[in-house]
Amino acid sequence: MTNHWVDIKNADLVLVMGGNAAEAHPCGFKWVIEAKKERGAKLVVVDPRFTRSAAVSDFYAPIRAGADIAFLGGVINYLLANDKIHHDYVKAYTNAAFLIDPGYGFADGLFAGYNEDKRSYDKATWKYQMGEDGYARVDDTLQDPNCVFQLMKKHYARYTPDVVSSVTGTPQDAFLKVCEMIASTAAPDRTMTICYALGWTQHSVGSQNIRTMAMIQLLLGNMGMAGGGINALRGHANVQGITDQCLYSEVLPGYLSAPTDADVDRATYLEKRTPKALRPNQMNFGQNFPKWHTSLMKSWYGNAASADNDYRYEWLPKKDAAYDVLAMFERMHQGKMNGFFCQGFNPLASVSHKAKVTAALGKLKYLVVIDPLDTDTSEFWKGHGEFHEADPAQIQTEVFRLPANCFAEDVGTFTNSSRVIQWHWKAADGPGQSLMDRQILGRLFVKVRELYAKEGGKLPEPVLNLSWPYRIPTEPSAEELAMEISGKAISDVFDPKDATKVLAKGGDQLPGFALLRDDGSTASGNWIYCGMWSQAGNLTARRDPSDPTGLGQSLNWGFAWPANRRILYNRASCDPSGKPWDPKRAVIKWSGTAWGGNDVPDMRLDAKPEEGVMPFIMTGEGVARLFAPAMVEGPFPEHYEPFETPLDNNPMHPDNPKAVSNPAARVYKGDMEVFGKASEFPYVATTYRLVEHFHYWTKQAKINAILQPEQFVEIGEELAREKGIRNGDRVKVQSNRGVIKAVAVVTKRIKALQVAGKTVHTVGIPIHWGFKGVTKPGYLANTLTPFVGDANSQTPEFKAFLVNIEKA
Amino acid sequence: MALQSLDIQRRSATTTPAPQARETTEIAKLIDVSACIGCKACQAACMEWNDVRDEVGNCTGVYDNPVDLTENSWTVMRFAEVEENGKLEWLIRKDGCMHCEDPGCLKACPSPGAIIQYSNGIVDFHQENCIGCGYCVTGCPFNVPRISKKDNKAYKCTLCSDRVAVGQAPACAKVCPTGAIQFGSKADMKDYADKRITDLKSRGYQQAGLYDPQGVGGTHVMYVLHHADRPQLYNNLPADPSISPTVALWKGVAKPLAMAALGLTALGSLFHYVMKGPNEVSKELEDEMERQAEAETEGERENAR
Repeated sequence: MTNHWVDIKNADLVLVMGGNAAEAHPCGFKWVIEAKKERGAKLVVVDPRFTRSAAVSDFYAPIRAGADIAFLGGVINYLLANDKIHHDYVKAYTNAAFLIDPGYGFADGLFAGYNEDKRSYDKATWKYQMGEDGYARVDDTLQDPNCVFQLMKKHYARYTPDVVSSVTGTPQDAFLKVCEMIASTAAPDRTMTICYALGWTQHSVGSQNIRTMAMIQLLLGNMGMAGGGINALRGHANVQGITDQCLYSEVLPGYLSAPTDADVDRATYLEKRTPKALRPNQMNFGQNFPKWHTSLMKSWYGNAASADNDYRYEWLPKKDAAYDVLAMFERMHQGKMNGFFCQGFNPLASVSHKAKVTAALGKLKYLVVIDPLDTDTSEFWKGHGEFHEADPAQIQTEVFRLPANCFAEDVGTFTNSSRVIQWHWKAADGPGQSLMDRQILGRLFVKVRELYAKEGGKLPEPVLNLSWPYRIPTEPSAEELAMEISGKAISDVFDPKDATKVLAKGGDQLPGFALLRDDGSTASGNWIYCGMWSQAGNLTARRDPSDPTGLGQSLNWGFAWPANRRILYNRASCDPSGKPWDPKRAVIKWSGTAWGGNDVPDMRLDAKPEEGVMPFIMTGEGVARLFAPAMVEGPFPEHYEPFETPLDNNPMHPDNPKAVSNPAARVYKGDMEVFGKASEFPYVATTYRLVEHFHYWTKQAKINAILQPEQFVEIGEELAREKGIRNGDRVKVQSNRGVIKAVAVVTKRIKALQVAGKTVHTVGIPIHWGFKGVTKPGYLANTLTPFVGDANSQTPEFKAFLVNIEKA
Repeated sequence: MALQSLDIQRRSATTTPAPQARETTEIAKLIDVSACIGCKACQAACMEWNDVRDEVGNCTGVYDNPVDLTENSWTVMRFAEVEENGKLEWLIRKDGCMHCEDPGCLKACPSPGAIIQYSNGIVDFHQENCIGCGYCVTGCPFNVPRISKKDNKAYKCTLCSDRVAVGQAPACAKVCPTGAIQFGSKADMKDYADKRITDLKSRGYQQAGLYDPQGVGGTHVMYVLHHADRPQLYNNLPADPSISPTVALWKGVAKPLAMAALGLTALGSLFHYVMKGPNEVSKELEDEMERQAEAETEGERENAR
C-alpha cells in the first residue's frame, strides 16, 4: 500500500477492483465501512462476480475476467475526453510534459521495437528526448505531439465507451456511472482509494493492470493524499515482509536488483543500478544504491568484506537466467534440479498447473518441507483416491518433513500491507517436536558450515565467512535478527557536511537509512527497514495508538518502512508552493522553513518549494511516470487477451494474431500447446478465495471446515439452464490440463456478459479444498490453471482461463 | 447457564415474583445488515466461546453453512439473492434468538425454570431444567430453539449471558470486523440505528428502518434493514411476528382461569399448583402443541432440502 489500512477511512470513494476486500481482508475492510459511515464515502465494486464486497457497495459493475486494462483504459479516456483531471497536479508531478523519442510508436497492438522470435521488445525508442544540458526535455504547455500527455491521449482515445463495453462485457451505462464516480475525485478536496489484490496480479498482464490504475490516480491527483493511493492488500500477515526481505531470487533485500552474469564486477554492478537525475534539482534518491548495497554486504560478511576486496562482491550468486517460481518449476520439470526446500509454501496447490508441478516434484532427488501442517505438497507422492493420483513406486523423491511452529508459537515481526512492521509475542509453545523456523535453519546452517570446514567444496568462502554472530548459533534470536536487519554503525559515522560531527557512534544501532554509507562504516540487512531497531530500542514493539489529528496517522504504533512514513509520496499532498491541496486532510506542509506535519515528510526537510524538488523522489525525474519504459510489454498499458481467451482475436487489434495475448509474456515450450481453445473450452474461469478460509491452510481447521465444508464452483442461472445443471448438483469442470469435480452453486451473482458480439459465461472456482485436511476432500483448483505468468513478475495467470462444465 | 449476578425477571412455569431492588439497564444487540459482509466471524466466535462444534457438513448449493440452526450452531448467516428491476442485492442476515421482550418460548415452556428472562432482557435456557418437550420450538415465532438428539435438551443463543453478566459484549459482537454487530443499552442501540437509517436513506434506501417487532413486545436483538417494509426478503424474517395462538390461549386465557379458580386456596398450595400446573394442562392443548412441534420439525427438514 502506498497509504495504509486506517487511511482508507479518509477516502471519499473506495474502488474495489481486482480484489474482494470484504472476503479476503475482512478485518481491514472495517475501514471501508468506517469511510462509508463517518465520511459518507461511496463504495464501488467492479468484479466478474457480485461478491460479498459488492453486497455492501453503493454500485456494482460486472466485468469479464481478464479485461481490466480495457476498462481502466476507458476510464483514462473518459477523464481526458471530459477534462476531469487535476491539471496542476498532472503538470507538476507527472512526466506528462516530458518529450519522448520520435521513433517511439504504437501500431496494430505492438509498440516500436518488437521481436517476435524473442517475444520481447528492443526499448531503444522508449525514452525521453535529452537536452544538451543532460536533462530530459519537456514541453510545459503539454502540446508537443511527442509529449507524454499527447501520446497518452492518443493511445487511450481508442478506448471509447462502446469499445470498452464490447471488450469487457460491462454494460455501457454501468461503465459510465463508474467513470463519473471516479472522475468526481479529480477535485483537490476529494480522493479515491483503490483496494486491489490477486484479482489484478494473477494475470499475464498483472503489472500493467495495476499501472493503469496508478495512471488514473495520478491524473486525478490522488497519489500522496490521505484517502488516496494505490493499495495492494497483501494476502498473508507477513507476505509484505517476505517481499521486502526478498526470499526470492530476483532481488536482494530491500528491492536491490540482484546481480547477473553481465555484472562482471562490483563497479559495473553499481554503475548500472545507480540512476542519474533526469531533471535538475531532484533528489534522485536511487543515487544512494551503493550505500544500501555496501551496507548489505557488511551485514552479510562483516569483517571479511572491505573496500580492498570489493566487499566480496564475487561471493554473491550471479543470475544466469530467470529463477522466479514458474522458472524454478520449469527447471525442476526438466529434471535439472536435485533438491528443493519448501518452507511455509505449498506449491502443489499454489503454483499453476498441478499436473506439471506433480511431475516436477517427482523428478527431484529430495524435497524438504518445513511447515506446521501436513501440506498437500508433502504428500505429492502418495495417492489420495480420485483427488490426487500418484504412484509411490514410480517416484524416487525422498521427502523430509520438518515440523515447524506456526506464527503464534514464535516471537518476531510481521509486516502488514500498510508496510507497518509490528513485533509479535509468542502465545504458546509449539506441539511435539516442532521447532521454530530459525532453529531449523540455524541448525542446518551450522551443520553445513561444519561440513564445508571439514570437507571444503567448490566455493566454501561465502559459507565459512558468513557473519553469524548469534549468541546461540543454532538458534539466532528474533531480537538479534531484527537488530541486524535494521543495522548499525561499525565505526563512527560522520556528518558529510561537517566531518567533525559524529552522527552515530561505532557499535550503535542506526536511526535510519540516511546514515548508511558505502565506505564500510555501516551494516544493514535491509536498508528500507533501517531504523526499526534504533538506539531507542525496538520500535516495532510500540503500541501507542494516539492519533492527535484524527487522520489515522498513529506514528508511534510499530514502525512503517521507509523511515516510519505512513503515506508515501506525501509531498504530493501539497501544491508546488507547499500548501495542502486539501487543508482538511493535511498530511504535511511547508512551514516556511521546513517540511513537517502529520507524517514523516517524503521530502528533504529543508527543500524550499521554490527549488522545485519534486515528490516522486525514487525516480530520476522527480515526478511520477505516466509513460514507463521499465515495463516489458510497453510504456503504456494496452489490453491483451488472457492466454486462454473466449474470443478468436484481441478485439482491440482483430487483424494482428501477434497481439492477441501479451506479446512479451514468457511461455515455455510445451505450455503454449496446452492452452485450451474456446471451441473446446467455451467458458471463462476465474479462481478466488472465500472469507471462510485462508488459502490451503484452514481446510485443516475444524471451525473453518464447518463454515465452508465442501468444494463448490459457481455458475450463473443462464449457463445452468443451458447445461441442465441444478443448484447442488455435482459437476465436472475441465480445462486442457485437468479436471475437477465439485458441487454447483447456481447463482444470480454471476451474469452472462455480451463480449464482442458473443455471450460469455463465467465459471467461478474457489480454491480452498484439497486432499489433506478436515474439510470434505476435494481437488486442488490449480489442476485447471495455465502455466504462464505476468510478463514482469511471472505471477501465474490464475484469474482468467478456459474451461468446460457439465453434470458429473 | 445459571447466572446469579443477573436478576431473573421471569421464569417458565413459575409465578414467584421477580426481584425488583436492583435497577438493570435493558440491553440489545443491533445487527446492521447494511454493514454485514457475511464473513461468519460471528459463527466462529459463537462456536469458540460456547464450546460447540457442529458436524463438517456439505455444500448444498448456497453459502449458508451450517445450513440451519442446530443445538451446536446457535447463530447462522442466511444469504438471500434478491433481484428487483434489474438490481441485484445479496441480503445477508445473521439469524439466531431474537430475545423477545415477550418470549413465546418461555410462555410455552411447561418446565419450571427451564427458560428464564433476565431483567436486562436476555432470554436464556437452563438445560438442567429442560424436559425436552419441544414446546419452546412451537412457542417461538422465529423458529429458533433446537432440541439436541444427544441429550434431549433445547439449545439456542444465550446472548452470551455469561459475558454480559460481567460487562462484556457477546462474542459475536466482539469479533465482528465491520461493526455490523453492535451491543449496548437498548436505548443507545436505537440511537445508533437512527444514524444508520439516515445514512441508508441518503443512499436511496427510502424504506430503511429498524426491526424491533412489537408483536412480541420488541426484541433485544434488532436489525437495521435496508428494506424494513419487507423483512421477508431477508430469508423470511417474519414481517409481524407474534406468539402462536395456542400459546397465547394457554397462558393468556387458560392460565388466568386456572388462577381464578384457585383464588380461594391457600398461597402455599397456589404456588405448588402453578409449579405443577403446566403439566396438568388440558390434553387437547398438549396434543395441539405437539402436532405443531412435529409440523415445524417437518418444515425444517423441507427447508434443509
